[in-house]
Amino acid sequence: MLKRYLPQIVITPGTLLVLAGVYGFIAFTAAISFTDSKILPSYNFVGLRNYENLFKLKAWDIAVSNLIIYSLLYIVICCALGLLLAILIDQKIRAESAFRSIYLYPMALSFIVTGTAWKWFLDPGIGLESVMHQFGWESFQFSWIKDREFALYTIVIAAVWQTVGFAMALFLAGLRGIDSEMLKAARVDGANTFQVYWRIIIPQLGYTFVSVMVILVFNAIRTYDLIVVMTNGGPGRATWLPSVFMYQYTFTRNQMGIGAASAIMMLALIAVFVIPYFWWELKSQGKQK
Amino acid sequence: MTRKKKTFSAALPKIVLYTSLLLFAFLFLMPMYVMLVNSVKPLEEIQSGGMMFLPQTWTFEPWFKAWSTAQIGVEPTGLRPYFWNSILMVVPAVTVSTLLGAVNGYVLTQWVFRGHKIIFLMMLGAVFIPHQIILIPMARMLGFFGLAGTIPGLVVVHTLYGIGFTTLFFRNYYVAFPSDLMKAAKVDGAGLFRIFFWIMLPASTPIIIVTVIWQFTNIWNDFLFGVSFADYDSFPMTVALNNLVNSSTGVKEYNVHFAGAFIAAVPTLLIYIFAGRYFVRGLMGGSVKG
Repeated sequence: MLKRYLPQIVITPGTLLVLAGVYGFIAFTAAISFTDSKILPSYNFVGLRNYENLFKLKAWDIAVSNLIIYSLLYIVICCALGLLLAILIDQKIRAESAFRSIYLYPMALSFIVTGTAWKWFLDPGIGLESVMHQFGWESFQFSWIKDREFALYTIVIAAVWQTVGFAMALFLAGLRGIDSEMLKAARVDGANTFQVYWRIIIPQLGYTFVSVMVILVFNAIRTYDLIVVMTNGGPGRATWLPSVFMYQYTFTRNQMGIGAASAIMMLALIAVFVIPYFWWELKSQGKQK
Repeated sequence: MTRKKKTFSAALPKIVLYTSLLLFAFLFLMPMYVMLVNSVKPLEEIQSGGMMFLPQTWTFEPWFKAWSTAQIGVEPTGLRPYFWNSILMVVPAVTVSTLLGAVNGYVLTQWVFRGHKIIFLMMLGAVFIPHQIILIPMARMLGFFGLAGTIPGLVVVHTLYGIGFTTLFFRNYYVAFPSDLMKAAKVDGAGLFRIFFWIMLPASTPIIIVTVIWQFTNIWNDFLFGVSFADYDSFPMTVALNNLVNSSTGVKEYNVHFAGAFIAAVPTLLIYIFAGRYFVRGLMGGSVKG
């Protein structure tokens, strides 16, 4: 008996942990989002009131608009630059692995570490602006990080810098998987390098593009550390994202019900992108077999 | 003259190519340069606009200060105790989550039973949750078990949310394992554990390295769990560093901040330098192949 069910028994601890700690906890957060919980969880259900309040809050509005701007810029720039880097690397260059390692190393670092470097580098008092003044360019101004209008873009810069190497690595794997016979044929037909990439190679990277984008969307939605260290959501609320909103409302303002509702919205947003991707991925894997 | 021109135009694509490659390399290395060079510079040199220059006077004082005397919160302890907190958190969490992942991946590929696909999907889903979704119940649960604000609490959290990744890594590795070998072993009457310890584990070195590196890097670099579930006695390195950099009191000692950031980066940077190949495999395995 024991022997027959041994596989099930062996896999139980890990499975139970995930079942409770991931799916059970999601259910708990969902339940809390329907209650009037403040500093502590309460079990007084109030229906959709937290969601209604959430959508009325200016802070949530700001966080969502910021997320749209931030994620669009982050994803478009990461894809374009990642693809460009991958194409450059793919030109049978010297010292390929050295270049690849340099483009990818920020992925090994904590956002708190790189955020510290960017925070002070972009600080007008001591960073880029002050350096340019030293070089004699007295009128140079770069104070985006302190500017309500532009602070969000400094987060985009740091986030792209940190993760674009990852997009590059995925695109490079995609490029290397392309059938080289077709490329030879195109070359024989007299197509130049640019035409070969634009007409033949990039259209074949559809699968890679989808994977890269899904992961970048996921990264964008959970961006948190970088904001805390660089701007802490400021100036004002200029760099709030839903992740900052969730933490602030739950742990600082003691509005747990609203915080839980915002976390559910984050999960829903990710699910909208990730679930179709899984479905599509598993289906195409099934076809291959 | 014409000959020279011809060779130049032939070489032009190469020149453009290598110039772009080097320009990007410069952009990627620049923040690291800023961190390093300013961590060995007196504060006045940074304040007077010398951020991009090499130090006029070299000093290692900022490193000593960041490590052992800088003010973190209210205590002038430096980052040292928090560095050890991170080690004490990372080592058990990496070990346990890797072991659980190995066992899960093994069973899910070699001892499939009805419903194994559902468990696989569960693990896959666990990788793609925003961690904000579990902060509230986890805070309650850690409090209930008396683990709030402790390092063992952080170990539990990191182990739990690492299982999805580790299971997928081992599952993807074992799914390609030669099935003849497994069949032969089963025919010979070897049981689940025997095959695991005598056949699978000895053949798993590459994926163990990939998983350990992936988990180490992720857990070492985590901030959200640390800031949510730890307190002053148990803060990991990242949270202590953020406190150092963003403390609102006193003079901003940029050089100490840069030195502290570098100290926090050293463990994962060393891994990347010496085992970057495995790190990249983790990066790809955790994303491309579901």
